[in-house]
Amino acid sequence: MKLELGLIHVTDVQFGPESKIEGSVVYLNEEEIKKIVLEDETIKSVKLDIARPGESVRITPVKDVVEPRVKVEGRGGVFPGWTHKVDTVGEGKTNVLKGMAVVTTGKIVGFQEGVIDMVGEGAKYTPFSKTVNLVLDIEPVEGLKQHEYEKAVRLANLKVSTAIGELARNITPDEVKVYEHDTIMEGIKKYPDLPRVGYVLMLQSQGLLHDTYVYGVDAKQTLTTMIMPTEIFDGAIVSGNCVSACDKNPTYIHENNPVVEELFAQHGKTLNFVGVIITNENVYLADKMRSSDWSAKLCKYLGLDGVIISQEGFGNPDTDLIMNCKKIEAEGVKTVLITDEYAGQDGASQSLADADVAADAVVTGGNANVVVHLPKLDKVIGHIEYVDTIAGGWSGSLQPDGSIIAELQVITSSTNEQGFGKLSAR
Amino acid sequence: MYKIVHYINQFYAGIGGEDHADVPPAKMAEIPAVSKAFNAAFKGEAEIVATIYCGDSYFAENTDKALNEICEMIKAENPDMVIAGPAFNAGRYGFAAGNVAAAVKAQLGIPTLTGMYEENPGTDYKSKTIIVPTKNSAAGMRDAVAKMAPLALKLAKGEELGPYYVEGYMYTGIRKNLFEEERGAKRAVDMMLKKLAGEPFITEFPMPNFDRVAPNPPVADITKAKIALCTSGGIVPKGNPDHIESSSASHYGKYDIEGVQYLTSETYQTAHGGYDPVYANEDPNRVLPVDVMRDLEREGKIGSLHRYFYATVGNGTAVANAKKFAAEYAQELKADGVDAVILTST
Repeated sequence: MKLELGLIHVTDVQFGPESKIEGSVVYLNEEEIKKIVLEDETIKSVKLDIARPGESVRITPVKDVVEPRVKVEGRGGVFPGWTHKVDTVGEGKTNVLKGMAVVTTGKIVGFQEGVIDMVGEGAKYTPFSKTVNLVLDIEPVEGLKQHEYEKAVRLANLKVSTAIGELARNITPDEVKVYEHDTIMEGIKKYPDLPRVGYVLMLQSQGLLHDTYVYGVDAKQTLTTMIMPTEIFDGAIVSGNCVSACDKNPTYIHENNPVVEELFAQHGKTLNFVGVIITNENVYLADKMRSSDWSAKLCKYLGLDGVIISQEGFGNPDTDLIMNCKKIEAEGVKTVLITDEYAGQDGASQSLADADVAADAVVTGGNANVVVHLPKLDKVIGHIEYVDTIAGGWSGSLQPDGSIIAELQVITSSTNEQGFGKLSAR
Repeated sequence: MYKIVHYINQFYAGIGGEDHADVPPAKMAEIPAVSKAFNAAFKGEAEIVATIYCGDSYFAENTDKALNEICEMIKAENPDMVIAGPAFNAGRYGFAAGNVAAAVKAQLGIPTLTGMYEENPGTDYKSKTIIVPTKNSAAGMRDAVAKMAPLALKLAKGEELGPYYVEGYMYTGIRKNLFEEERGAKRAVDMMLKKLAGEPFITEFPMPNFDRVAPNPPVADITKAKIALCTSGGIVPKGNPDHIESSSASHYGKYDIEGVQYLTSETYQTAHGGYDPVYANEDPNRVLPVDVMRDLEREGKIGSLHRYFYATVGNGTAVANAKKFAAEYAQELKADGVDAVILTST
């Protein structure tokens, strides 16, 4: 399976009379974008704004972040099951608007939405201080339930991102990256002497606003299965999450899954990247046992020597992480885990809710409880008053001078558990 | 020049060995050889201006008093940092050095450093001070000084130490954030390649060491078995005669229940400070089920209830302490011919 990602480097996004891409600038007709959002009758209104790296701008509460992409060759379209029909993606050519993102905000949905600062202390921690962000501030109609609102906002972002991606359909990319995934047989023949390495990608599926979708299917209703790594690059996995901002995986991070990228980078050189297993993080014990049993079974069946396991969220999913680790190690398959920590504001508490000696190789995205002081910024896109109530904040987090004192937890993707960032802890 | 105070025991002060371990804390008139070894390693950047010693037995038996006196003496010197030890594998010296280093840091806000062998019980203080691992005897003094002196200098200068695995001190368990050169996914793949190749790698998060014990096989014939009761629920005779602490217990009690048919609120209570004691005090059998055990004994369902029960408080008690208690009384239980133990918690 071969996928070519054509990267179009975006340096700015501007509103203009005509939606188009010229050079490295994306021009958007505001009314066209609004019209797409307002197709949904559960959405009352939408405000558009643009936040650029280095500007004194804060976006909050952030729900999801999406990177616009368009499928230019091969089966299906991006975000299958949502903005395109269900059809197997991951082959052919996809153009990517690299350097921009579509960010959704609005009234609070689930107390676990985040902060993106485009400058200052907070900007150091979020990857989305480095992208030019089109922000959709979406207001629901009266009486809309929280989960319906989350769904409306999620769909709005996917639709807008798909529409912007379409602008790149006929653009010649600045850079092409080729990802070729061998079948099991090809891999064995081509790299008989390289260690066989897989990736167990844990998807947040605790339910009640803690959901992830695969080809449109709610992951909590799935059994552990396999997905081709290139499918992920075509938007096969979509976030529907209001888990803590620091360690939920926005759709953007799924589209750019860093573990998949790094394994591709080593494929055929130091290892044989065999495949990706997706497994969920349900709340019921029977589900946890079944899903982790299946992860271990698939690892064994694929004859893997090692797997990287990435987590999403914390606390309850720590048990899924450790179950996966223990059972996979018990099959003789070596594991490296990626997680983050809740070691208390002083760093002295136990970091995870579960532990096991089998977990002897762990990469951490840092301690999410660390307190950060974010300066007042000139402009807020969204609704600053929710800072006191989002996870990681407390009554009084929003200071009288407009600055914020809160845990790192509030910052979108600051302690990402797919290893997207450079933050760590010791 | 940075000012450093050194804490040592009676042996390194040249007072004497075990027979002089009961000497109270005092400041030395002249600094001893071990302090001079540090001074030489500081190469003029810092100096040990005072050395304070205390007998290890004195410290162990009068810990609070000794700590107060030692802290006062250190405060009077107004140092930039304090070194305690190195204590190598000397258990009571390690306990004193760890204790002094932790107390000075917490109470006086002065940076501290000690050194000891990794199996020294004084390493329990590694989250409260910086502990450099040393060899297990004084033969490793030169090596210990070489490792400790540069860290002592950094601490004296008020510099933040780098991570434990870079600086060479023991893992403190206190988590600190830092930015790495590579992103997490790259670090994970690199770690995987090392693990697969059998090469050494350093996990970024050492798992807490949960000491999981595999259960013994079932008792063959429970109707013949002598069974003991043990609890971390704090059930003790009324008045708590052994003064077991309500939290972070430092010891346990052993109590005779010969002829006791059930525990009453007049004769027993809980010493535990971590739960609402009302129901345990009202009927202590709820935590330590002597009543039910006597029933089973009478009905012939068990052989007998052991004459003694062992009790401590599990509230915030360090795992290392709990393990030490059980290792001791398990020997007594074995010697008394006990076949099985029922452990109750809260």
